[in-house]
Amino acid sequence: MKWGVLQFPGSCDERDALQACSLIGEARLVWHEERDLEGIDAVVVPGGFSYGDYLRAGAIARFSPAMEAVAEFAAAGGPVLGICNGFQVLCEAGLLPGALLLNEDLRFHCRQLDLIPEGFVEGSQGSEAGKSFNEPLSIPAKHGEGRFWAPEEVLDSLEARGQVAFRYAPGQNPNGSARDIAGVWNEAGNVLGLMPHPEHAVDPLTGSTDGLKVFERLVQ
Amino acid sequence: MSKHRELGLTDSELELIEEKLGREPNDVELAMFSLLWSEHCAYKHSRKLLRRLPTEGERVVMGPGENAGAVDVGNGHAVAFKVESHNHPSAVEPFQGAATGVGGILRDVFALGARPIAILDSLRFGELDSVRSRHLLDGAVRGIGHYGNSIGVPNVGGEIYFEAPYEHNCLVNAMCVGLAKTEDMVRAAAVGVGNAVVLMGASTGRDGIGGASVLASAELGDGDEAKRPTVQIGDPFEESKVLECCLELLDRGLLVSLQDLGAAGLTSSAAEMASAGGVGIDLDVGRVPLREADMEPFEIMVSESQERMLAVVKPAKVPEVLALCEKWQTGSAQIGIVTDSGQVRVLRDGALVGEMPVEALVDGCPLYDLSPAEPDGWIYGNRATLAGETSAHEILLALLASPSVASKRWAFEQYDSVVGSRTVRRPESADAAVLQIPEAGNAIAVAIDGNGRRVACDPYAGTVEAVLECVQNLACVGAEPLGLTNCLNFGNPEKPAPAWQLDRAVSGLADACTALGVPVVGGNVSLYNEGPEGPIYPTPVVGMVGELPDPAKTCGSGFAREGDSIALLGPFSPTLAGSELAKLRGALEMGLPQADIAAVAAACAAVREAVRAGRLSSAHDVSDGGLACALAESAIAGRIGCRVDLQPLRERGCSPEEALFGEGPGGFLISGERDALESLAATLIGTVGGSAIEVAAGDRSLAVGLAAAEDAWRSLSERLTADADL
Repeated sequence: MKWGVLQFPGSCDERDALQACSLIGEARLVWHEERDLEGIDAVVVPGGFSYGDYLRAGAIARFSPAMEAVAEFAAAGGPVLGICNGFQVLCEAGLLPGALLLNEDLRFHCRQLDLIPEGFVEGSQGSEAGKSFNEPLSIPAKHGEGRFWAPEEVLDSLEARGQVAFRYAPGQNPNGSARDIAGVWNEAGNVLGLMPHPEHAVDPLTGSTDGLKVFERLVQ
Repeated sequence: MSKHRELGLTDSELELIEEKLGREPNDVELAMFSLLWSEHCAYKHSRKLLRRLPTEGERVVMGPGENAGAVDVGNGHAVAFKVESHNHPSAVEPFQGAATGVGGILRDVFALGARPIAILDSLRFGELDSVRSRHLLDGAVRGIGHYGNSIGVPNVGGEIYFEAPYEHNCLVNAMCVGLAKTEDMVRAAAVGVGNAVVLMGASTGRDGIGGASVLASAELGDGDEAKRPTVQIGDPFEESKVLECCLELLDRGLLVSLQDLGAAGLTSSAAEMASAGGVGIDLDVGRVPLREADMEPFEIMVSESQERMLAVVKPAKVPEVLALCEKWQTGSAQIGIVTDSGQVRVLRDGALVGEMPVEALVDGCPLYDLSPAEPDGWIYGNRATLAGETSAHEILLALLASPSVASKRWAFEQYDSVVGSRTVRRPESADAAVLQIPEAGNAIAVAIDGNGRRVACDPYAGTVEAVLECVQNLACVGAEPLGLTNCLNFGNPEKPAPAWQLDRAVSGLADACTALGVPVVGGNVSLYNEGPEGPIYPTPVVGMVGELPDPAKTCGSGFAREGDSIALLGPFSPTLAGSELAKLRGALEMGLPQADIAAVAAACAAVREAVRAGRLSSAHDVSDGGLACALAESAIAGRIGCRVDLQPLRERGCSPEEALFGEGPGGFLISGERDALESLAATLIGTVGGSAIEVAAGDRSLAVGLAAAEDAWRSLSERLTADADL
């Protein structure tokens, strides 16, 4: 299993993601101008402030050559994980539903949170998400623009199709996300985006190893 | 007013400049001299005092004089660190002032070739009932978060105090810690006649003109709004690119030396690089990429536009350097050359517009002796907020809710504390932050401390205490200090009382560091911190980096196990002098007991070894609010109560109130198995358990439920979260 971790100007968490991926496979950085994902089995679009989050978080990064390659990779069924800014980029790129808005209280928050993996729903690929998780995951979240939003009918459809991957544990929603949604799958179940940072939860010394389950689940 | 005075130079300083040049300076030269001869750049009122500080040590890799200090952490790696102030910019415009304070200290660290791995900050504001203080607090916290979060450097610790003397002149001190391979580190000295001088990063604009002289080296007062254009505007995205670019340039061995552009912009970085290398530099301002085409040469030379770095490069490597800057989408231009003239020559498109000896610019500024005089008594106000008869129970809740003691979660949750995958101990989980260093096979601990109120009571003893508290914080996580950085925040040194405070504080810092064997590897001086009502509390802020062998063997501050014994360790003789309780009662006055530094050092060593051996369940130093607050903090952090009897302190001569709420250096509150504590010669005072903080202290005994204590301690964050003004 070889992971490719994208790096844009302004990325912050790419080295952490690289380290996390290298715990469960090989991993290399993919510079934002690269178009060739040859030999890469799974892609991580990492957290940070790509292009300074100018204009809108993720709005510029989605036009990078590497993201064109990621869109083709995803369309061909390749597994893609977007974390925080990566989630924003994937939403901007149309690879994931919804949008991430400014936190409800307009402040950045960094907290260790419990994420509840969404349960199994018959008949959808995304529903596999729930199978590998039988308890809440302790993972840090840190962002100022993480309020998941989509029109009500889209939210209904995400729930019906099992595309909700994670919700914040009751009372822990840090940003006002609709229906406590912390992460979603695409319809095909190969692209996952979430605001919390599984790459910062892969070492017992720094707080938790629950994040590894997210990486492992993506490529199951 | 004559031009030189507007720029902050005295008549005699102008005469000295004319003497050194052999003529009158032109506008460009006058502007450059005024900045380099400002207090901020020349340390003209503090340099003589700073000679008292010990700067040598076995582990010192770089000492004062470089962009930051650095200490060896083993396996060929060094940790670079420095604390710096951005007080006046933050008082005028808190968001950008604090943001660029973080940006500036990051550049100081990566200028050495070290990747920044942690930020800490030490903040002071007026009392929170003031709208101004809440505005400054909110802006500064947002600014620090905005910059640090965007760069991807974790903010792992800090402190915030609220005291009336900071009402008009808040303090924003930021500390950065970086990691480098020792052999790859670079110095700031320009060497190699004929080498190119390359300016990298952001383009140069009119922001921050006169920041070091007009803003940083004068008292605040009426009309400060007009100084707003002297505050710089930060762009963390640009900094992120410049940071990665510089580290890659150094990794590839493409740079001879590197320096950040901070206060006084190109003027100071060029002059200081030339001075350190014993060379001259020619700069052509016509080659500097500008934001506005019509900038005058003096504006280009003194602009404090952020996110810029100056490098010396061998001519053959220049194309590679420029290409790498392009890869990182950051600006670059060759703007000058290293010469053997000993002069800084400023040209515009080839025509000479200024020429000054490097020596005159950098070392020519006269150094002044202070005229210190001890004030007659307490020179600050102190309004009582806790009046009348109060029970010990009420006092404890009042102390826990006092903004300087209460939880700062509201602030530190606005900072990313986990990026970088090194943070083993996050804010509020231990007395110092702990960062693992797999590159060296160990870990470091970092802390920052400085209680200005206690320094005001006795500048010497208070400064000694600041150093001791930092060492104690490190000991609580099992770390031994490697080096110290400091930021001396004081009032106007030309006035007798602040001069006396500064003089005594530097002596305290020097004596404490010497006695503890901790070298001072760098620092910063911020003077003229005064508002209309007078000077700030004298506030030496001490930042320390310590080493611990195993990141898995550290210790938190919260009680961990029901049934553990609780003990007090160290030469702790609490009094109410200078305490948080004395403040709440409006009873502050001059005087503090003197610390026994050797005895505190011995206690630190004992705690450190016990933590490293895994024999303690918790370790916490006794600080603001005294032992009762320390007990409450350990109980809240561990979500478990305690039953304690303070009779042993009574036997040392403490009154019940002194035992409960008295402050002073040297006290550790530890918990663990009874045998382990007894073997440390610690004084057993109680047991962990229950859901209340129960303390027997004669006629002042108290019992406070854990939930009530936590509510009080969390009240600051609740209040700020709900504050409609923010």
